[in-house]
Parts: sequence; C-alpha cells; structure tokens
Amino acid sequence: MVTTVSEHDTTAEPTRRDFLYLTTGMTGVIGAGALAWPFIDQMRPDATTLALSTIEVDVSAIEEGMSITVKWRGKPVFIRYRTQKEIEEANAVPLEDLKDQAARNANLAPDTPALDVDRSAGEGRENWIVMIGSCTHLGCVPLGQAGDFGGWFCPCHGSHYDTAGRIRSGPAPENLPIPPFEFISDTRIKIG
Amino acid sequence: MSGGHSTYEPKTGFEKWVDSRLPLPRLVYDSFVAYPTPRNLNYAYTFGAILSVMLVAQILTGIVLAMHYASSTAGAFSSVENIMRDVNSGWLLRYMHQNGASFFFIAVYIHMFRGMYYGSYKAPREILWILGVTIYLLMMATGFMGYVLPWGQMSFWGATVITGFFSAFPLVGEPIQQWLLGGFAVDNPTLNRFFSLHYLLPFMIAGVVVLHVWALHVTGQTNPTGVEVKSKTDTVPFTPFATIKDAFATMVFLLVFAYFIFYMPNYLGHPDNYVEANPLVTPAHIVPEWYYLPFYAILRAITFNIGPIDSKLGGVLAMFASILILFLLPWLDTSKVRSAVYRPWYKMFFWLFVANCVFLGWLGSKPAEGTYVVMAQIGTAYYFLFFFPILPLLGLVEKTRPVPNSITDSVLEKSGGGKPEAATAAPEDRG
Repeated sequence: MVTTVSEHDTTAEPTRRDFLYLTTGMTGVIGAGALAWPFIDQMRPDATTLALSTIEVDVSAIEEGMSITVKWRGKPVFIRYRTQKEIEEANAVPLEDLKDQAARNANLAPDTPALDVDRSAGEGRENWIVMIGSCTHLGCVPLGQAGDFGGWFCPCHGSHYDTAGRIRSGPAPENLPIPPFEFISDTRIKIG
Repeated sequence: MSGGHSTYEPKTGFEKWVDSRLPLPRLVYDSFVAYPTPRNLNYAYTFGAILSVMLVAQILTGIVLAMHYASSTAGAFSSVENIMRDVNSGWLLRYMHQNGASFFFIAVYIHMFRGMYYGSYKAPREILWILGVTIYLLMMATGFMGYVLPWGQMSFWGATVITGFFSAFPLVGEPIQQWLLGGFAVDNPTLNRFFSLHYLLPFMIAGVVVLHVWALHVTGQTNPTGVEVKSKTDTVPFTPFATIKDAFATMVFLLVFAYFIFYMPNYLGHPDNYVEANPLVTPAHIVPEWYYLPFYAILRAITFNIGPIDSKLGGVLAMFASILILFLLPWLDTSKVRSAVYRPWYKMFFWLFVANCVFLGWLGSKPAEGTYVVMAQIGTAYYFLFFFPILPLLGLVEKTRPVPNSITDSVLEKSGGGKPEAATAAPEDRG
C-alpha cells in the first residue's frame, strides 16, 4: 500500500531527506569545527619559540651592587646581587603596606607571602634577586635603582617597585614576577 | 530617493548588450550620476568621498611598499630605511603611506563628528552608523598593526603595551596574549602576522565600505536641516552637483596632505620610531599615534580599583567601552529632532564633547602623573556622561527650535526667497 505522507505530519516516519539533512548538517558542523582548529592553533607559540625557554647564565663576574639583564623568552630578566642595605630596607616594610602581598615566585607556592626572603633566591642567597623585567602594568622595562623606593621605576606609566621588586605605587597591579630558576652551581643560574 | 526606480537608458547597441547581461553601468549611473542628493549639503558632507580616495591611496601605496618591505625582525627596520634611501621614489611612497594614515583619521574624525552634529545616526540610519563604527574599528586595528611594521622603538613598545591590554583579563588574558603574539613577547612571529593582517584588513574595510554606501543609498543622505527629502525640489542630481563639490573638497584636502608629505613628513610621527626596536630598553615616554591619544588618556585615567576590578583591567575596559559606546549612539539619543541646528542645548554639549576629545588627546600625549591624571579623569568622566545620561535626558527636556517644513523651504528662506542655490548642493556619497 502506498500512503501519502504530509511534510507537516510529525508523527510520520523520517524520510530519506530528513536523514540526509541531519547527517549533512552534523558532518558540516563537526567538519567546520575541526577545520577551524589548525587556523587557530597555528598562532600559538611555535616549537622554536618554546625551545628557547631555558637559558643558563654565568653570574661569577657580578659583584655586590651590580645587576645584569639577560633575555629570556624575548623578555629581559634582571639578575641583581643586592647590597645588605637593600635587603634591610625591603625587610623593614610590613607586609600589610604592600599593594600585592603575594611573592609571585614561580619557584614557590602561589600563596607564599611577599617576604623579602621569598622574593630573593632563597635562604643563604638572599643577596640574589632574579625577576622578569617586564612591568606588570603593560610590559615596559623598568629602570633599575630608580624611583621612590630605590628599587625599580617604570617610566611608561609611573610604577614604583622597591628593592625586592615589589609594587609600591603606580598603576601596576602585581610584583615583578620571578621566573622559574635555580642555581646549578655557585656561579651559574638556570632560568626556565 | 534610492534603489528601485532606475532612470538609466542605454543608448548605444553595446550599452544595451551589456545592460541585459551585467547591468553594472546602470548601477553606477543610478548610484553616482542620477542619484538624488539633498540640495543643501555643505562641505562637511564631502568627507565620505575624501575617505574613499584615502582608502584607495593607502591600498595603492601599501601594495607598492610591500614589494620592498621585509617582515622579519632582522630585516624590517633596514628594509624601511632602504625604501627611504635607495628605492626609487621610495621616500615619497612611504611618506604618502605614513601621512596618509594620519589624514585618513583626520577625515574619519570630521566625518564622524559631522554625523553626530547633524544626527545622521538616527532612525532609519542605525545600520549605516553601525557599519561606519565598524569601519572605524577596522581602521584602528589596521593603523596599529601598520605602525608596528617599521620595527622601530615605538613600534615595538606600542605593540607590547597594546597587546598587554589582554593580560588585564583574569585567567584567559595571558593565554590570549601569547596566542596573539605567537610567543611570550613581541617578536618575529608577531611581526609576520601583523604584516599579513595589515595587508588583509584594508580589503575588509573596502568590503564594509560597500555595505556602508549601500545602506546610505537605501535610506538616502541626511542634510543640515535633518528633515527628510520630501519632494523633487529638495534634491539635485549627484552629477554634476555632488561630484564637483566632492572633487573640489578632495583637491583642497589633498593639497594640505601634500604640504605635510613634502614639508613636514615626520611632524605627525615620533622620532623614537627611527631607532630600531630593542626589547631590553623601553623609551622614556611611550605614546601611540596621535589618532589613538584620546583613548590612551582614558586607559590611563583609571588609576583606582572599582570593586573587584583592579585599575589595570578598569582602564582597559574603559578604553574599549569608550569606542563600543558609539555603537549604541542611535539609541542613546532620544531626541525627535535630528540636527543640532535646531537643538541649542545639544549643540553646546556637542561642541564641549569635541573640545573634550581634543583635550583628552592632548592629555594622552603627556606623562601620566600629577595633575594630568586628574584632568584625564575629568575628561573621561565627561566623555561617558555625554553618552549617558546627558544624551537620553536632553531628548526629554530640551526645548528645540522650529524645524523647517522641507529642505526647499529652508534653502529659500536662507537665500531670501526665489533663487535656489544650486551650488550649495553637494554631498558626500559615501555616508
């Protein structure tokens, strides 16, 4: 028997066209999504960029009160051998006076408070401080041993950092970040 | 006033042959020859045509410059110097392109302020206005990426600061920034993609311009009275009236442009951009191109936390909002009267708004410290207050002046009756 099925009859069996419509649609949607991915993915940092993620720096020539700047991941990294006076100044600041009270130290737990020792290279190496020299406001390079707190000063929008690289005034929201690093000997630092 | 009725009559056999296959001559004739334009358009309405010319000029000089430019961090700066010193006529083409960007923005700002003054964005021209704001956004993106290409100090640090905006957003900010840069800082991948996109976007602008003109030709142009065209005496044909007015204004504009190119080509630029990019040294004072300065001032004006939003994110949000609010303008203005000519209060607030934009631009070029910050905060406050609540409230409380019955009435009244002034009829064809 042949019965006529109305297009509007929702109770009727699905037709071949319904089937084709759904399968074509689903293939199209999934295909478009899968096709979009490589176009988005290609913009992420590529293998050569990621390969430059670790550097070793010889710090044997740096004496007290000296700093060097090295390039890591396209950004400057400040390595400073701080003076005793700078450490004392940083230690004298009560934690609650700080705009950002987190250490921002990639080598420590995220909730570590911004005490001077946890900003430095750690106990026994308090004189060393290693920070990414990129202002946490909009990424300018702060000037060393400048500003109201004798630490770093960003000339772009006027952020002042203290001798432990902690933000003290200005628009920057966070302390200068400390990259993952370790002393692989007394005179060599591995960053990244 | 638009579409629908065509008065094109193909005369020769060849014209008839073409017309029955691809009626492109008909489209051109109906859009730029017979197209009726209000007879009272003033020179403020010529900037649409000027902008079209500038877009073409930028694309042409840009295509040529791309033949000599190298988009790598190792070669970009020296290739631009090579264009300036060694490529035949290279200095001229580059100065045309560099100053062309500035003049493009001068024209677009006059064009936008004209639209705001005469209420051109009001119904039924909302989509026309939105397309215009879209073009403006694309222009800003294009200009920003173009400024990075010479790989000078301002290129590099401008790119660092502007892509740094994205790092203000919590959680997703940093991955988005790295995705945009193709690395952890502005570097070779960034320069390459910016070059690719800088080449692409002008053609997208051209596409949106087509939609913009299409929308304009559907609704017809506004005019200084804000009264819609009612009868045939209200209009004159596009050619010759608008054509000659647009052409004359374009020539005057291009003469000023030429003066800058030949006598002060670097006046609108920044000397630091003739120093090659150095990722380890930030210039003492970073400023964007002049056409972004008002927004830069707004960005820096937010120095305080707003609830859970810290000052950095607040500044970025305020800056984006200051541009995006333009999209809402047709609905923020509640007045039934279109043109500022008949709106004494709106006229005052409008000119204050213009002055405030210039003021913010000046502040954007100053260091963000001391009284400059406070002034920028005042300017930012007025910028937003103008859109809300001043505009919606004005529509409700303002006592407007009587609007003429028609464009013809207004023209006759001005010229003391009788003689219609054909010469005042000229428009900008591109909205």
